[in-house]
Amino acid sequence: MKSLAELQAIKEKMKDKVILREGVNSTRVVVGMATCGIAAGARPVLNTLVEEVNREGLMDKVTVSQTGCIGICQLEPIVEVFEAGKEKVTYVKMTPEKAKRIVSEHLKNGNVVNEYTIAGHKE
Amino acid sequence: MKEISLNILDIAENSVKAGASLTEITVTENDERLALTVRDNGCGMTEETLKSVTNPFYTTRTTRKVGMGLPLLKMEAEQTGGSLEITSVPQSEDSVKHGTCVTAVFNKKHIDYTPLGDVVSSIVTLIQGHPDTDFLFTHINGNRTVALDTRELRTVLEDVPLNSYEVLDWIKNYLRKEENK
Repeated sequence: MKSLAELQAIKEKMKDKVILREGVNSTRVVVGMATCGIAAGARPVLNTLVEEVNREGLMDKVTVSQTGCIGICQLEPIVEVFEAGKEKVTYVKMTPEKAKRIVSEHLKNGNVVNEYTIAGHKE
Repeated sequence: MKEISLNILDIAENSVKAGASLTEITVTENDERLALTVRDNGCGMTEETLKSVTNPFYTTRTTRKVGMGLPLLKMEAEQTGGSLEITSVPQSEDSVKHGTCVTAVFNKKHIDYTPLGDVVSSIVTLIQGHPDTDFLFTHINGNRTVALDTRELRTVLEDVPLNSYEVLDWIKNYLRKEENK
């Protein structure tokens, strides 16, 4: 199968990178992926975060992971950002468009997008 | 849920939480009917637990007291004239053949049928979130079969994680191509 040959090529290219990447990620981005999150649209939010983090070249600094219900289902999709030495930032009612801004403004340049946070969002 | 593929993402999550090392997701469809099966080798459930899983006021989570995953799937299947069936063997009963199997059948011609939707995105999302467990995805549509087995990918990738961006991107493109053949 031709495609598996492509995968083999990816593996050869990645082998050295994997060792480099271990233990350097200092920022953790967590997306709520329980029933409430999924029904509210968390899947495209998560996939946009994964794509944008890679596009901006932040994969050595940022890991994107999934969690269960965060407990405020009416504000889903929810994204939490954990940075070493800083207070957790909770973004609510997320969309793929908002996710793009969070990657470029917060994760890349360090500026929290206040209007999307749980404290700053408007009903 | 707007698409059955979102239910797949949600229900398969239960399998991973039950400690499954392998979760098999099978979608079999023709013009009239779609059957979804999620089978895992996780810890299984006792008969008593099994009776309560489609009750929305039963959940294993601790943040709140409702669990909508299986009740939603049951409702969505039944509203098309289809059905939901769950069988399970708890680890305490059989230490080898334990696990759970959820089967939902949908009548595609019914007005309340929700489309399958972006199933590729759901599979990629599952692998992204759980790179250390295995998934076997099979989509049979008429005489065409699309399949992805992460155990096969792992033998090629060796120690390169399945959730590396390059690998996830390959999986997405591979499945999209196969789905559109």
